[in-house]
Amino acid sequence: MSDAVHIAGVGIHPFGRFPDRTVTDLGVAAVRAALDDAGDPRFDAAFCGTAYAGVAAGHKVLSALARTGMPIVNVEAGCASGAAALRLGAEAIAAGQHDTVLVYGIEKMPKGIIRSTFFEPWREEAGLAATPAYFALRAQRLQREAGVTDEQLARVVVKNRRHGVHNPDAMFRKETTVEEVLGSRIVCEPLRLFMLCSPNEGAAAVVLRRGASGDSAPVRLVGVALRSHLPGSVLGEATPLSGVDDRDIPPPTTLAARDAYAAAGVEAADVDVVECQDTDAARELLSYEELGLCEPGEQGALLDGGATTLGGQQPVNPSGGLLSKGEPLGASALGQVVELTRQLRGTAGARQVDGARVALAHTVGRGANASVTILTR
Amino acid sequence: MSDRRVPVRAGLFDADGDGTVTLLGSRCRACGRASFPRAEVCPYCGSADLEPVRLSPTGTLWGWTTVHAAPPGYEGPVPFGFGVVELPEGVRVITRLETVDVPDLAFGMPMRAELAPLSENEDGDTVVTYTFAPA
Repeated sequence: MSDAVHIAGVGIHPFGRFPDRTVTDLGVAAVRAALDDAGDPRFDAAFCGTAYAGVAAGHKVLSALARTGMPIVNVEAGCASGAAALRLGAEAIAAGQHDTVLVYGIEKMPKGIIRSTFFEPWREEAGLAATPAYFALRAQRLQREAGVTDEQLARVVVKNRRHGVHNPDAMFRKETTVEEVLGSRIVCEPLRLFMLCSPNEGAAAVVLRRGASGDSAPVRLVGVALRSHLPGSVLGEATPLSGVDDRDIPPPTTLAARDAYAAAGVEAADVDVVECQDTDAARELLSYEELGLCEPGEQGALLDGGATTLGGQQPVNPSGGLLSKGEPLGASALGQVVELTRQLRGTAGARQVDGARVALAHTVGRGANASVTILTR
Repeated sequence: MSDRRVPVRAGLFDADGDGTVTLLGSRCRACGRASFPRAEVCPYCGSADLEPVRLSPTGTLWGWTTVHAAPPGYEGPVPFGFGVVELPEGVRVITRLETVDVPDLAFGMPMRAELAPLSENEDGDTVVTYTFAPA
């Protein structure tokens, strides 16, 4: 696929809470913006990522735009839904099936802990469907195994919220402090309210096109990998009821990263800017290792050294991440692609990573599903 | 109201008259790994050659936290403990914990299975689930 697919246009509806707008409205805004950005409203097929929008949700968006007739496929892969749609679109072009594909993601999440049909009813009744408790247990193991402190968890939030101040599409655009994060209410020890992203609403869209554009330096989609989990980890995003010693079992993010680096012909050290899944503060630090940005146990040092802050060696979540933007499941992966396309075009304004040429987007969540997408210019 | 206790799901665990609570699992004859809950196919290797096993009622604490607000679909008391107990068979089990005070717990602490009441059903029976407490 490597040099065959480029990003012709991107569009986003801000992530937040919009009680007066339907999920279709959000999708319409993002798709219109992406088609405008592409400069040509035509496309041959459409893939829509969503987990909660219901039957034929993507069809409703394109019906509202009077742009139907082509195949429209709705795609669910948990937090990676948008990336799964992106992969299907990119592969359809690489396979010679289509020349231009519209990929979009839409979501309107309920507030609070995400209720999911994923869990059997008895597990909810027994209190064992407490999703943040799984995040908390992962955070505790990271603290034990990598020496990560509560202050370091808080500093992930401080970093991403500082980045998010400059993102007009983010839900939270106010800086916070270590003291404020550690003073916010406990959700599940060691995680406090500010350390968890908010499920919310939003939409994002990307137009993929075959071959070179008129642009002399187009943004290319050079790797889009999607993997599920291998069995074993009791704390993995598959949220099983039990597990075994998983030291030798690579997590799905690692599997997806290997695939994406191989497809793109780049290594972790070549990446200039990263958007990663910061569902909670510990999840970002886990991703550092799983994506190969640091060695096991070095997550805290990488953060403290400033490498992942804007201005550092490999800024992570210059958009503010999910901790600033919130997480509309179906839209979040494509929101990352919108951000990274702007970074590679050099149009990210005050959050621009200077000279970015290689960019990586990552999601991981329920399923388990993990995606790693690599863009270059 | 009766004194009858009914499990939140049949086949997860049983309780002896002396109060011993046993989680019901499987062992795979192909890969040797034990799993919970009981299954027809090994969740690790896919073999259907499984034997039912009664897992050890005691294990060690591998991870813990506290749930402070009722998660979706849960109507029991809050806060409640939540964690992972590692059983001698090599199974790490997601479980409620009877201790909600995080500083009272420690990695590797011995833990024993018990029953925890969740609610009363329409027949007046007490719905119970498995839980673990310091041994």
